[in-house]
Amino acid sequence: MHRFANPARFLRLSALLLPWCAGATVILTILGLWFSLFSSPPDYQQGETVRIMYIHVPAAWMSLFVYTNMAIAAACGLVWKHPLADLFAKAAAPIGAGFTFVCLVTGSLWGAPMWGTWWVWDARLTSVLILFFLYLGYMALVNAFDDPQRGMKAGNVLLLVGIVNVPIIKFSVDWWNTLHQPASVVRMGGPSIDPSMLTPLLVMAGAFTAYFLSVVLLRVRTEIAQRKIQTLRLAVAGGVAGDGTVHDGMRG
Amino acid sequence: MSEFLHMGGYAAYIWPAYGIATLVLLGLLVATWKGLRNAEATLKALESARPARRRTRNAGRKMADQSAGRPAEASEG
Repeated sequence: MHRFANPARFLRLSALLLPWCAGATVILTILGLWFSLFSSPPDYQQGETVRIMYIHVPAAWMSLFVYTNMAIAAACGLVWKHPLADLFAKAAAPIGAGFTFVCLVTGSLWGAPMWGTWWVWDARLTSVLILFFLYLGYMALVNAFDDPQRGMKAGNVLLLVGIVNVPIIKFSVDWWNTLHQPASVVRMGGPSIDPSMLTPLLVMAGAFTAYFLSVVLLRVRTEIAQRKIQTLRLAVAGGVAGDGTVHDGMRG
Repeated sequence: MSEFLHMGGYAAYIWPAYGIATLVLLGLLVATWKGLRNAEATLKALESARPARRRTRNAGRKMADQSAGRPAEASEG
């Protein structure tokens, strides 16, 4: 793990990985859209609205996947002071928030015709809304300090506290029997969903994962550049002040 | 084609769902790309400015002392 803590090594590795991730994103998105819009049947109960599922469910998976990764990074950042872990969490947050937003909005657009309501304070919907606020809160917190190190530390603590929400989201549909349906793909005994609908779902999930990897690599690269900018600016400011004192001291 | 766009009467729900997902994901990508370009340009400018400053630091020291308003008398006294 620590072999990847070196930003220079990360930059080399990311330059190697990025073309593959970007290519996979494009190919899987085209395939996924083909499957979800053309080559899959309408549902016998929900008609064509089932096509919203191919966006909604992968976005929901990503919202949990990204958060869990950020929380793991936060633990690494706090325990081992791993500098790239902090940067990864910060870089991933807007992407996770984006997926959570897409999940909430598409869920609303699906709920309106199928449930007859845009929103209910159902356990699943409410816990996902809390996840969205956790993302926004983390993003606000890491940027709220003059010293980025302190901001990262506070943000990491928030991420670790907020991880309790992840199992609550996962099991909310089993613990509270309200409007949102229980899991039909990730469950004991295999998926209870027809292969013609499982294929677009999994391809879209792959596309979203590849998208996340591509964008997070770019964002970590940005964060590393910004760290360097900050160090250079501090060095310039400190260098001038340090020079002055040495010079004056020599003269005096 | 129009039947496809009609989406069995649910066009008003399905197309916005795909539209918003596209908008959010593309928007994030563009913002990320611009941020990276910006940061790399700033970094490049700073890195190219630094050696220059180092070179001129000794030559411009006398001038810098005066223009920075450092109390030269205080250190001499």
